[in-house]
Amino acid sequence: MTRYTSATDADRREMLARIGASTVDELFAELPAEVRLDREVGLAPAMAETEVYDVLARLASRNAHAEDELCFIGAGMYDHYVPALVDAITQRSEFLTPYTPYQPEVSQGHLQAMFEFQTAMSELTGLPVSNASLYEGPSSVAAAGYLAAGVTGRRRFVCSRGLHPHSREALATYSEGYGTEIAEVGLDGGVTDPAGLAEALDGDTAAVFLQTPNFLGAIEDVATLAVRAKDAGALVVVSVDPMTLGVLRPPGELGADIALGEGQPLGGRLDFGGPSFGFFCGTDEHLRRMPGRIAGETTDVEGRRGYVLALQTREQHIRRERATHNICTSQALNALGGIVYLSWLGKQGLVELGELLAQRTAYARDRLSAIEGVGLIHSAPVVREFGLRLAVPVAEVLDRCAAEGIAAGYPLGRDYPEHEDGLLVAITERRTRGDIDRLAGALGRAVADSRTPKPRTPEVVRS
Amino acid sequence: MSDHSITETPMQKDRAVTIFERSRPGRRAATLPPVDVPERPLDELIPAHLRRERPAELPEVSEPEIVRHYNRISRRNYDLDTGLYPLGSCTMKHNPRLNERVAGLPGHARLHPAQDPKRAQGALELMWLLGEALAELCGLPHVSLQPSAGAHGELAGLLLTRAYHADRGERRTTVLTPDTAHGTNPASVTMAGYQLVKVATDERGGVDVADLRSKVTDEIACMMLTNPNTLGLFDENITEIASVVHEAGGTLYYDGANLNAIMGHSRPGDMGFDIVHVNLHKSFSQPHGGGGPGSGPIAVSDRIEPYLPVPRVARRDPGNGSSPIYDLDHERPKSIGRLRGFQGNFGVFVRAYAYILSLGGDGLAEASETAVLNANYLLARLREGRAAKYLPPAFERRCMHEFVLSGRPAKRELEVTTLDIAKRLLDFGFHPPTIYFPLLVEESMMVEPTETETRESLGAFADAIEEILAEAERDPELLKQAPYSTPVRRLDETAAARRPVVRQALGA
Repeated sequence: MTRYTSATDADRREMLARIGASTVDELFAELPAEVRLDREVGLAPAMAETEVYDVLARLASRNAHAEDELCFIGAGMYDHYVPALVDAITQRSEFLTPYTPYQPEVSQGHLQAMFEFQTAMSELTGLPVSNASLYEGPSSVAAAGYLAAGVTGRRRFVCSRGLHPHSREALATYSEGYGTEIAEVGLDGGVTDPAGLAEALDGDTAAVFLQTPNFLGAIEDVATLAVRAKDAGALVVVSVDPMTLGVLRPPGELGADIALGEGQPLGGRLDFGGPSFGFFCGTDEHLRRMPGRIAGETTDVEGRRGYVLALQTREQHIRRERATHNICTSQALNALGGIVYLSWLGKQGLVELGELLAQRTAYARDRLSAIEGVGLIHSAPVVREFGLRLAVPVAEVLDRCAAEGIAAGYPLGRDYPEHEDGLLVAITERRTRGDIDRLAGALGRAVADSRTPKPRTPEVVRS
Repeated sequence: MSDHSITETPMQKDRAVTIFERSRPGRRAATLPPVDVPERPLDELIPAHLRRERPAELPEVSEPEIVRHYNRISRRNYDLDTGLYPLGSCTMKHNPRLNERVAGLPGHARLHPAQDPKRAQGALELMWLLGEALAELCGLPHVSLQPSAGAHGELAGLLLTRAYHADRGERRTTVLTPDTAHGTNPASVTMAGYQLVKVATDERGGVDVADLRSKVTDEIACMMLTNPNTLGLFDENITEIASVVHEAGGTLYYDGANLNAIMGHSRPGDMGFDIVHVNLHKSFSQPHGGGGPGSGPIAVSDRIEPYLPVPRVARRDPGNGSSPIYDLDHERPKSIGRLRGFQGNFGVFVRAYAYILSLGGDGLAEASETAVLNANYLLARLREGRAAKYLPPAFERRCMHEFVLSGRPAKRELEVTTLDIAKRLLDFGFHPPTIYFPLLVEESMMVEPTETETRESLGAFADAIEEILAEAERDPELLKQAPYSTPVRRLDETAAARRPVVRQALGA
């Protein structure tokens, strides 16, 4: 008997008698012999809880993580502090273990949290409606593409090269299915080239995809770009880092039809990339075409306020092949963490945090780009992330910094061959001035040492 | 007010108040580190026209208020840790707390997804090992853990099918699903740019093979199936179905929602499936979290492998007796590309792998046995009582891990619907089964108890159904107005659809 089941031999006898079968195997009699597995499944036997813990702890110990090294990597997910109350609330059985709220009378906790989440995201982005979350950032971009193609009936997307490479790739993967072409607009001085955008737009363009701050950290002039897109009749989809929306003008005020993004910065762990949540906000006009769950306020038969899953006729379990999307989950637990986090940060906290990031980032940008052999990729305004250009191979510098306990940033070469020498550095409220100074020291040594002919052996695996 | 109104419970008296309504200017929970660098005027850093003029109206509340607010609303949820949750097709099995603990280790929880692979060897090894275990359970050799949920896996499977055919110079246009399919299947078909063709169900509850044969053409790209199907029945003709689809040049896709019935007993790969998705939040104990997060890895056959999403986890054996080295392989020219950011829902992988280690191969096989035993026991218990008359099984067969009842007789003879019975179950302290799915069965109720329920809890559920049907004989109105004891009673969903209120109006 496993530790998660309770059927003793006595239970089995009693249950089989009620069923009218003599063995459990008889219950599998309808499986044809040719599809029965005629051997034990090839997996190790059961382990005690303590043994499982040890195996997992040993695997975890072979990862260099932000608890014991300085992490300056961003690229869409950031090492922010997760307040204790987020864990305490999301680990409550009442939130952790229910299913999707199909029975609203006994799901008011999650439904209300969704409604609050939608309100907060709508406030943050400056757009009137929000869904209750999608899987994560890049697939939310792809979902916006599906919406735009459906709404406009057009067959082309125009995409800024400043959009997260994973978002561009996910959009391309999805588009292959429903048959949309993608044109890319390059960057000039770190931001989307407005002339290039004008050139790329045509009457068959369903949507323009922008990101601000973009992947290289630069704040885009979304308003100007949006005007051009709208002139061509295209929807404007803007991916935003929610953590910058305390200081940056919200996309809803800049002409965005859809604002979306990766929710991990809002109280989410790094978790090696997931689970997190994607948010998706839009105009009233697109409410009935939105992907994903949406909570709505209503009343019960006695007039009490309550919440339900609204507009389910958009969804796959009702509409099937005519659904607005195939998604049948929100990231309810992660989005709950998001609204708890935003409540914790509060109206002033979000602004203060944004300003703190901007100040420290400005300091780091000046400090690091002053190092000999280090320059800036662009000088456009940034909030919390910026690109450096190194005079020596980036991989070597990263290895040298890692040996000093610092993850110095994200190498740009794979995603941006034109920035083979590029390093993206991200700042959070956990990276103090002292940490930034440490990075500056390590980076300076790494660049200097890499110019000498005798490289150290890079660390391969931490033990 | 209804005829059966009762005094308001304390929970009902505690009207819903949102966190925004608890907000008071000047209150706060967060204190942030000080600005420890030389401060510059903000205008110098970010030009005014790019900056926000008015702060977002987020709540202004202290920490104790936040904790109290969310604890209070949490108590308005029913949850699996409190009681039986027999939702068909959802596999609401116990969520071990050990899994939460190991997922929360800093080496997992604070590992950046863009960490250099040579410094994330433990995470990549875990992904490799989980992939190997899933491959063995599915009988298909190659795994991608990237899809975020079952529906995401379905979309991946269809895009893989498209890439596979395109690579052979074929362009196919239609996808077959049985009329009992999960709603995500047809929705995924449309998103992947295919036309849907439905296949009928025969009198035993399986795919109608004659109908299938009549619909198979050289336009068929894929057939999507789950086995056991959504009626909880194993399709005995599966090898014939597979050969019909394969002879027509299509791929066969397995929706893994019902894998919990057959782990260690039968493998989709051995049945002839080319592509399988696995719901780690169903069969492998990831908590559902109120509707996510989940994870929907896919396992595929050799012919589909070249097209799997990037990046893939690669393992290299350096020889000379040292341990293998893991990496992320992005260089796969035939790949369909990415479906999402980074590597997938890694936190879910940790929990699923901990679960697999906890049960072992023998334990997983036993879990499926017990899931089937529990479902058949509950079905037998129900058949002994009034359910036999009013809420009988849709198909007179042994079931696998779940079964479907039809409330048609209850509706005709007692004038109570399946919805009424479900709502009354809430007053008895049970979460109702899935209702009105599959669509094929009138007034359907789909029950999946899972292996982690005890004989006693199944008995209590059967007793509750019996008592509710007895109530319905005496006083059908009692059911029609249920529930009475829940934090709110029946909600006006029509109004919520007609005039949707999807956010709170906040004063500027």
